[in-house]
Amino acid sequence: MKINIVRRFIQILILILFILGNLKILNILEGNLSSSILFGGLGLSDPYAVLQIYLATFSVSATAISGALLVLFFYSIIASRAFCSWVCPVNLITDFAYFFRKKFNYAKDTRVIRLPKNFRYYFLGLSLILSFVLSTPAFEQISFVGVIQRGIIFGNVMAIGVAFFIFAFDAFILERGICSNICPLGAFYSLAGKFAFVRVEHTVENCTRCMDCKKVCPEKQVLNIVGKKNAFIKSECISCGRCIDICKHDALNFSIRHNKEN
Amino acid sequence: MSRREILKKGIKGASLALAGGFIWSIATKSESKILLRPPGALKEEIFNAKCIKCGLCVEACPYNTLKLASFKDDIAIGTPYFTPREIPCYMCEDIPCTAICPTGALDVDLVSTDEKLDIKKMQVGVAVLDMQNCVAYWGIQCDACYRACPLIDEAIYLEYRRNDRTAKHAFLLPIVDPNFCTGCGKCERACITEKAAIFVLPRKIALGSVGDNYIKGWEKGADKRLENVDTSLKFKKSKAVDYLNDGEF
Ligand code: SF4
Ligand code: SF4
Ligand code: SF4
Repeated sequence: MKINIVRRFIQILILILFILGNLKILNILEGNLSSSILFGGLGLSDPYAVLQIYLATFSVSATAISGALLVLFFYSIIASRAFCSWVCPVNLITDFAYFFRKKFNYAKDTRVIRLPKNFRYYFLGLSLILSFVLSTPAFEQISFVGVIQRGIIFGNVMAIGVAFFIFAFDAFILERGICSNICPLGAFYSLAGKFAFVRVEHTVENCTRCMDCKKVCPEKQVLNIVGKKNAFIKSECISCGRCIDICKHDALNFSIRHNKEN
Repeated sequence: MSRREILKKGIKGASLALAGGFIWSIATKSESKILLRPPGALKEEIFNAKCIKCGLCVEACPYNTLKLASFKDDIAIGTPYFTPREIPCYMCEDIPCTAICPTGALDVDLVSTDEKLDIKKMQVGVAVLDMQNCVAYWGIQCDACYRACPLIDEAIYLEYRRNDRTAKHAFLLPIVDPNFCTGCGKCERACITEKAAIFVLPRKIALGSVGDNYIKGWEKGADKRLENVDTSLKFKKSKAVDYLNDGEF
């Protein structure tokens, strides 16, 4: 259970640093996940938000653009969608909802709705088109990620309602629905992470086909090569490392992607 | 059904109802407030599009003036605003809120003269005075707003008028000059009435606009405004008919 613990630690640490920065106790991270200042000088911005703002207004200050490029660069070099599992606070809620769903066996209930996995990509496309057409950053206006992260960082009780809605949706309506079917930010990062270097690598020689990894993976489709071939798995992987933690046979590991796949 | 089953279904039903109710209550909330943006804010629509909702302006403000909007506030969620009756803007010389904004939603140029920050240029809104409820207009002495104004005698000045009711007192009437008023809201904060009789509204809402029909003939160059005016006459042929059919008779 090692990676998962480190991950939770970092996820919570980032939020705490933001809270302390906001309270002016510790000047490491100020602002929030939309845009922030690291160590009192380095500007960072959410590339998806900046892209929407750009499409809406066709003018964004250099600070925001350079901040967005830094973040984009970071995630497209390191692990795919690492934002989703190592930073995003919504992940805390949806993971808890998943735990709840499994623990109390809601999973066996009939499925209420079905959404294709691709839905998030259509939603991403739509949000960009709407940003342009309506001249307003479309997803940012309704972003549940924004509401939750600001709610935690700036302390807003109304966010609890939204958090509860997300929980209820994932626990009772659609398994892992928010993160792996709906969230356009996740879709954005899985596209951005297409060429990320750090990937989960599957070594088929070690694999006993126990399929434990598939039981814990929130994005099961990325593990379809397990037991079949040596490969680095796709960028829809949120790099949470659950599969690595659970694999007793050392068939899955984080490693640097190189070209001789197979 | 076993007890456990019933309990399980119950939790599910209750949770979904609660979550749904919450979304419902957001969707149907009707309260609408007029809120003020931080100094240097672009025009409302562009501001809304540009603000990335980072809250850096909120953190930068040493007086905790600024807040980020939540659902109950009737503006885009996550964008900054302030409520002068609670905490006004203290018009910092270095305008930290505007200076820190990463996207330019708060534009330094709008609060600068010759590239130098000039907080007096901020146009957050304009103070509006309710003569009915301002006690100075009753003849009671009060100059709280006048004294509180950082641009005293410019943005708010006093006008003296004879009080005919007592025949031996004067009215000291506060008057706002929108040319100078920055909308900081210190007057609104200071107002002694239960609900402030002087309050800041966004300029777009508070101020009228004359159009091209009137010019100040006594001001030099005032007629320049008319240079590009469209003078063609536009008659609506059906107007007379509409007039009769409008139900007025
Ligand atoms: S493949 Fe592994 S690391 Fe990626 S999402 Fe699934 S469990 Fe997490
Ligand atoms: S000018 Fe100063 S007091 Fe006014 S909102 Fe900005 S930081 Fe706060
Ligand atoms: S600093 Fe600028 S972008 Fe950030 S919340 Fe304030 S106005 Fe919005």
